[in-house]
Amino acid sequence: MTMTLTQQIITIAMVVFGTMATRFLPFLLFPANRTTPLYVQYLGRVLPPAVLGLLVIYCFKDVTFTAGTFGIPELIGVTVVAVLHLWKRNMMLSMAAGTVVYMVLVQAVFS
Amino acid sequence: MKRKAFLAAFPHTLPILAGFLFLGIAYGIYMHSLGFSAIYPILMSLFIFAGSMEFVAAAMLLAAFNPFSAILLTVMINARHLFYGLSMLDRYKGTGRLKPYLIFGLCDESFSINYTAKVPAGIDKGWFMFFVTALNQLYWVAGSAIGALFGSYIQFNTEGLGFVMTALFVVLFMEQWMNDKHHTSAMTGLALSALSLIIFGSSHFIIPAMIAILLALTVMRQPLERKDELVS
Repeated sequence: MTMTLTQQIITIAMVVFGTMATRFLPFLLFPANRTTPLYVQYLGRVLPPAVLGLLVIYCFKDVTFTAGTFGIPELIGVTVVAVLHLWKRNMMLSMAAGTVVYMVLVQAVFS
Repeated sequence: MKRKAFLAAFPHTLPILAGFLFLGIAYGIYMHSLGFSAIYPILMSLFIFAGSMEFVAAAMLLAAFNPFSAILLTVMINARHLFYGLSMLDRYKGTGRLKPYLIFGLCDESFSINYTAKVPAGIDKGWFMFFVTALNQLYWVAGSAIGALFGSYIQFNTEGLGFVMTALFVVLFMEQWMNDKHHTSAMTGLALSALSLIIFGSSHFIIPAMIAILLALTVMRQPLERKDELVS
């Protein structure tokens, strides 16, 4: 390791500070005791579904669809989750079944 | 009141228990393999509490000392939290002294659960969200510690277990979808993020995706607000 302990602490502190900046900034800019601009209120209402969409895509960011397993285990896993959830609408069941199917696929079928 | 809120919150965090213990253990093992003592992953999980960021921070610690680039990279990787904050401005109102911790712990999982969960009547919303956040962090820190201290003893084949996080986000996306009156925003988020991923690749797609989503939702403000009025 090339860094001194002090340099390591500073580096970690920078990461903490950067992370907290992204979490606290909206609340510092639009404090609860002042009226939030209508445009920001609008964003607060419409952003969440889009952000959840972004998170779903985020999970697939490192999946390669053009080589290797072509993303087939991931697509099957998500299909199991989605179909079960439409059918039973039981969160734990959908997630557990999808994950087990995915684990079997990557450990035994596509290994 | 706290007890009831805890009991209501705990089941919502079970998928995170599985996912964070696993990912935390993976992170602890990773840090151990890089030669860091267990105190590093434990303290980093306690203070940073942002999964993917902590893996990147490990790489930073091994590179040349550059605090400015550290902060810049961190803000870029975690920029999506800005959207979580904007979405939670209203929900976090009236949570009093719990609010600083709720904001501190606003990771992907805390956001998605606290945003989509319907807090049962009679349960204090602030304490419910506090326990969701604190349990999530507990799982993450515990996982990191287990991985760092005992990682070399784990025999069970855990390959693919991380898929539980993907499953969680898919389910939460579907729950949100079923509760929404229209799906313009959800489809905008999916389509623009996917497009951005194809164009910019996995390590650079989040910021362009966020900008595109922001622009699209801004352009669609009038029709969307009219749609909301019509259906509500």
